Amino acid sequence: MQANHTCAVRPSRHSTSTHSTSATGYNMLTDHEKELIAKIWDKMIPVASEIGAECLLRMMTTFPGTKTYFAHLDIRPRSPHLRSHGKKIVLAIAECSKDISSMMVTLAPLQTLHAYKLRIDPCNFKLLCHCILVTLAAHMGDEFDPVAHAAMDKYLSAFAAVLAEKYR
Amino acid sequence: MVEWTDFERATIQSIFSKMDYDDVGPAALSRCLVVYPWTQRYFGNFGNLYNAAAIQGNPMVAAHGKTVLRGLDRAVKNMDDIKATYAELSVLHSEKLRVDPDNFRLLADCLTIVVAARMGADFTADVQGAFQKFLAVVVSSLGRQYH
Repeated sequence: MQANHTCAVRPSRHSTSTHSTSATGYNMLTDHEKELIAKIWDKMIPVASEIGAECLLRMMTTFPGTKTYFAHLDIRPRSPHLRSHGKKIVLAIAECSKDISSMMVTLAPLQTLHAYKLRIDPCNFKLLCHCILVTLAAHMGDEFDPVAHAAMDKYLSAFAAVLAEKYR
Repeated sequence: MVEWTDFERATIQSIFSKMDYDDVGPAALSRCLVVYPWTQRYFGNFGNLYNAAAIQGNPMVAAHGKTVLRGLDRAVKNMDDIKATYAELSVLHSEKLRVDPDNFRLLADCLTIVVAARMGADFTADVQGAFQKFLAVVVSSLGRQYH
């Protein structure tokens, strides 16, 4: 998904929108969607450890295979490890949401970390993304309407794809 | 055969007994059509699906959402033989409706999110685990007769 001049760039869906030289090479998100996403994550920053721990716990409960990556941590509910690890993840996602067009630059260090050190099979990213959506729904109720859900799903898919970029 | 723990059985029965199918069904289906717009390919004769508001207000979508949830109820009532319960529906979806079975998973994910939004904090990680295990069995059974 790097800016690739040989692939067709999809026309921007918003007349006043960010240009198509966005880091991901095309614009999946309208300006309105980007604002919506940034607003939601902004509210999560003060409760990042709680939200992050919940996302991880949901993922490891629903998809037990993901526990294999956490042999080095105490992953029982309410464990401080879950909270501190969850916090890191939520803050990274929240930080990136403030300037989605610069995703490739912002995430470069995390790309390297995941590709060379963590080597988490990228199929797991979508499992965590799904659990993030469930967590947001449980906390936001009706406010997490289909439009917000769609925007957030697109953002998290792009985030996951960029994270896996340096794997091979 | 799928093994269900007492907790899983109780959780599934509890969630569905308290659920308003006529509310959740339309909400889940319309959400799926909004979040994964390519699923609209199966609903060409449903009229206006032009944007989120149109989809959520579309009466044919709502009616079909109710149909789907009532179909799901059959699995709730037959948890020990979901595969047999859905054998015919699986053939229908494969041979007549020609629905890509991955769509079952997409709809299941949307249903999970609708239920999470309705239940809030009561939709704990363990409850989610049980709910998703149930839906995974449903999804697998519906995809079983595809050849």
